[in-house]
Amino acid sequence: METKTPLFGKTLEELKAVTAELGLPKFAAKQVVDWLYKKEISSIDEMSNLSKKARELLNSNYVFGLSEPSTVKTSTDGTKKYLFTTQNDQFIETAMIPFKDRKTVCVSSQVGCKMGCLFCMTGKQGFQSQLTAGEIVNQIRNIPEWHDVTNIVYMGMGEPLDNLDVVLKSIEILTSEWGFAMSPRRITVSTIGITPGITRFMNECQAHLAISLHTPFHEERQQLMPVQIAYPLDQVIDEVRKYDFSGQRRVSFEYIVFGDLNDTPRHAQELVRLLSGINCRVNLIRFHPIPGTPLKATDETTLQEFKDMLNNKGVLTTIRASRGLDIYAACGLLSTKARVNKASE
Amino acid sequence: MHNTQPPAELFKTTLTRHDEISPDVFLIGFKREHDFQPGQAIKLGIDTENAPRIYSICSGPKDDELCVLFNIKHDGFLTPKLTTLKPGDSVYASAPYGTFLGTQDSAWWIATGTGIAPFHAMTAAGMADNKVLVHGVRHLDQFYFSERFASALGKNYHRCCSAEESTDTFSGRVTRFLSEQKNLPTDQRYYICGQATMAVETRDILIGKGIPFSNIITEIYF
Ligand SMILES: Cc1cc2nc3c(=O)[nH]c(=O)nc-3n(C[C@H](O)[C@H](O)[C@H](O)COP(=O)(O)OP(=O)(O)OC[C@H]3O[C@@H](n4cnc5c(N)ncnc54)[C@H](O)[C@@H]3O)c2cc1C
Ligand code: SF4
Repeated sequence: METKTPLFGKTLEELKAVTAELGLPKFAAKQVVDWLYKKEISSIDEMSNLSKKARELLNSNYVFGLSEPSTVKTSTDGTKKYLFTTQNDQFIETAMIPFKDRKTVCVSSQVGCKMGCLFCMTGKQGFQSQLTAGEIVNQIRNIPEWHDVTNIVYMGMGEPLDNLDVVLKSIEILTSEWGFAMSPRRITVSTIGITPGITRFMNECQAHLAISLHTPFHEERQQLMPVQIAYPLDQVIDEVRKYDFSGQRRVSFEYIVFGDLNDTPRHAQELVRLLSGINCRVNLIRFHPIPGTPLKATDETTLQEFKDMLNNKGVLTTIRASRGLDIYAACGLLSTKARVNKASE
Repeated sequence: MHNTQPPAELFKTTLTRHDEISPDVFLIGFKREHDFQPGQAIKLGIDTENAPRIYSICSGPKDDELCVLFNIKHDGFLTPKLTTLKPGDSVYASAPYGTFLGTQDSAWWIATGTGIAPFHAMTAAGMADNKVLVHGVRHLDQFYFSERFASALGKNYHRCCSAEESTDTFSGRVTRFLSEQKNLPTDQRYYICGQATMAVETRDILIGKGIPFSNIITEIYF
């Protein structure tokens, strides 16, 4: 069966090419882009200012392209986890995290991941496929809270900089005047540190950058994150130093704190040295063990002490609140469960 | 002192070798300009505009040629172009770098597909004596360099083939081979190299068998 191409996820430029190819008037692209990103419709037939002929032509080659979440889990703390099925029948997760007056959506950028971080459930799935820009933006547009979304973080399944063209395109749709017109300062992309990707990301968009650091020591990071072999942290930090973060654009470092591993004064000292002179924040994250992991969480006292050591040395450090623990909070758990269920059907 | 940091600069060099050693798998080489440690990689491109890709060095540190082994990703950017080159054509390479380094200590080497490349470099450097090598492929003609491995490692060279059978080959994936092993040493290092799914599954199996994760070094061809 021939599958039709989704319109949702196309940029204005791409829609101009689509409408030109179909022989539609020039202004049709602007009309379509408005329907896609500024109005509350979900089918081509509802694009009421397009001629009937234009709608027929679009319908014969394209679909609107929104897809509803197939499952939602709601935590006692209000966090929601949505499961979406992709065009190739695979599963991705999206989290909606309410906190005070904010609603943050955490989107996935790939199905599975190639990077194989030791602490990550998504990494255990291996790599299955890249998401399209439409599938990324759909995770925001197609959840019930989407009108109230204040922040977007690319911290779900996958390594965003391993799907960089698509991630940049999704940010273009979210931030362009013709798109959702969001401020790029409400968007953060998190990477484990793919240096050439960081260079492009910094030059081609204005969103914030977050880097998963997890330990400042090479040998240890290589054990936790195989990417360290190809793109060592020193080089990532050198790249980050090239950019100015004293204005509105921010860089932060994510640090999952593992018990008896990366929570010592030696680690804090080395972190201070490594990050010295960078205008940044460190987010400490509690580890919530995944099945079969050899890693464990640190205790609360050590976590606080670690935070204090960094703050006392001038590195702005916070502890991220754990959310949604009762609903497969670790990214990759819910989709892994869905994969297992599908395989056993 | 060997470079462990990815070099920024690519230099132009001329291919001296371009062989299809198995369907869709190529061994290409050029004059070696740098010293390196077995296990290191280079960046390789066909120009300086497009992002280079990373390849493990497959040849030995004393060889005159520096070779890499790659398989075509038909929908990829670089590999389809690399396959059309011939000796005498230009490529752009970086100096060797990386920390997936072989040592003389006893260890297990575990690879799938072209993930065998760094272990071939280590073998060429005389590091195979006290190693166990497990190589997994889909088809029997993908056991690259098997004669050299058989002679260097003898019965410590284990070939696993998932899609075809042969008397001297374990039928199944590397992961099943390892799952069936009893009493894997917990005090040796395990080097895993290849694509993500196999690497992660293998790492999980080893951890499940009591190997400390600090003894596992994983190079993923992402
Ligand atoms: C440390 C390291 C060592 C390596 N060593 C080797 C080695 O020795 N031998 C070897 O063969 N490989 C090795 N690799 C892999 C190698 O670097 C390349 O990734 C590989 O050769 C593919 O390159 P390519 O340009 O042909 O494909 P790419 O263009 O990089 O694409 C790779 C795959 O991703 C898919 N893809 C790319 N872009 C998109 C997109 N936008 N949407 C959807 N899918 C997309 C493509 O379909 C393709 O299958 C290594 C990688 C690393 C990190
Ligand atoms: S932590 Fe991120 S980069 Fe690492 S395996 Fe998980 S999803 Fe991939």
